[in-house]
Amino acid sequence: MMTTFVIQAILSLVMFGFVFNLAALHTWIERKQSALMQDRVGANRAWITLPWKWAAPINWLLRPFNVLGLFHPIADAIKMFTKEDFIPPKADRLLHTLAPCLSLFFSLIVFAAIPFGDTIEIGGHVIRLQVANLNAALLYVFGAASLGVYGIALAGFSSHNNYATLGGLRAVSQMLSYEIAMGLTVIGIVLIYGSLDLQELVRRQGAYLWGWIPMWGAILQPVGFLLFLAAGIAETKRIPYDAPEGESEIIGYFVEYSGMKFGMFFFTDYLETILIACLATTLFLGGWQVPYLASSGFLFPWGSHIALSAFSVSLFQIASFVLKVLFFCWLFMTIRWTLPRFRYDQLLKLGWQYLFPIALVNLLVTAAIFLWWVR
Amino acid sequence: MIKTKVVSEPPLNFWERIYLPEVFRGLWITSKHFFRNFFLHLAHAFGLLRHLKAGVTIEYPEQTYILPKRSRTRHRLTHRPDGSPRCVACMMCETVCPARCIAIVAEEHPDPNIEKKPKSFDIDLGKCVFCGFCVEACPEDAIRMDTKIVNTAAYSRPAMKLDLNELLNPTSSS
Repeated sequence: MMTTFVIQAILSLVMFGFVFNLAALHTWIERKQSALMQDRVGANRAWITLPWKWAAPINWLLRPFNVLGLFHPIADAIKMFTKEDFIPPKADRLLHTLAPCLSLFFSLIVFAAIPFGDTIEIGGHVIRLQVANLNAALLYVFGAASLGVYGIALAGFSSHNNYATLGGLRAVSQMLSYEIAMGLTVIGIVLIYGSLDLQELVRRQGAYLWGWIPMWGAILQPVGFLLFLAAGIAETKRIPYDAPEGESEIIGYFVEYSGMKFGMFFFTDYLETILIACLATTLFLGGWQVPYLASSGFLFPWGSHIALSAFSVSLFQIASFVLKVLFFCWLFMTIRWTLPRFRYDQLLKLGWQYLFPIALVNLLVTAAIFLWWVR
Repeated sequence: MIKTKVVSEPPLNFWERIYLPEVFRGLWITSKHFFRNFFLHLAHAFGLLRHLKAGVTIEYPEQTYILPKRSRTRHRLTHRPDGSPRCVACMMCETVCPARCIAIVAEEHPDPNIEKKPKSFDIDLGKCVFCGFCVEACPEDAIRMDTKIVNTAAYSRPAMKLDLNELLNPTSSS
């Protein structure tokens, strides 16, 4: 009992450590990647250097971090925590405080269901590399992710500010419209692999079409993949779908937030980006699957075999998961810094008149193929 | 009658209307820049390909922008051969200044051939708009804006005022 508890604690620490640090690093990725895309240099002025003579080796070690601007997230955090936390006089104090906590909470708990590796055996204990092994994980993920909209709606509603209320309304209508398209695309995946358990979904993506094409979701459901990406980016409320926020001019639901409460909304954005990256990896890019990697090592379709120990296979799988997530983070960041924002009417039109019908047709076609051809 | 200009936008073709190919085209352009600059930054870290720039940023305190030859920068007062200011305190610049940042107090010049000289000559850089009218108005070529000094920042408003001595001997820190 005790060991199970300890294992679970370590697993959640690993998962949330990864997610938290990646989310904090996202501020750095955002600055640096946008800088590179726009031929700039990017933030590099948050230097930590020790003034003493004996600290020269430490300074030498710190230098790459300084030059790359890697201390900017820390500077951000210090700024956020030391800023005045202002609650407007007429705002609902309880809801105003609760809203950022809710949206952060619901975007965090989703990560419990994401599998980041197959089972691993250490000292006689078989450990599933997934914080919570739920047999309806997909429902849990979408349920928790949809509840995140409450935080945003409450933030807009409790601020006693018309602009914030309007921003909250925009956010709610956007998230509801895109949630439907996203849910429908995922049903296609569920039909193909026949499971709601994310770990099982990933396992079944390890099969091969005609013996050599990995049966990943993106290959069997290319339309669904694109739809999921489009709807998923809408879920993160980042450009091109940032009508709820619109920091620069139409201002959104968090106008009346300052200090770390604003920081929590900001953090939620990044967490949701990572969440969508994790989900896209799990559902459409084979999760922790490495092509041609079986439990005994690499088994290539042309017959060669590279034997690997079970532990290194697990390491390969975890590395594959992390790499895929990072790839999606990069892709989302590239999209965020490439496309202009959709107008509000364009946004809803895209959601209801294009993504939703295409998702329906995609689902019907998938179901028909599955029913008459595969069976 | 108001003149209106009718702007006709070219109609979008089918591929532009469905937007997805345009998304990929945009992503292609931005990622091209991303990977080029990424590679160049990496190469620069190892001391290679220094001649290719990975960004257009001028990192200000370390690098400074090379100003064009005729750019208007901080003022200076020119000297006579004996080192005294060329200014005759005619108040032309003070009169023409649209920002009213120049304040001159005149006094008698010991040389009877020269009518006046400035007792004090103050320019408030906090008010100056760098229009260069004072330079054009000056009949004696006594004021110029060619010091190439651009860092006029200071911690207080009084610190942004230049007096006669500073104008005659311009140094970088204001």
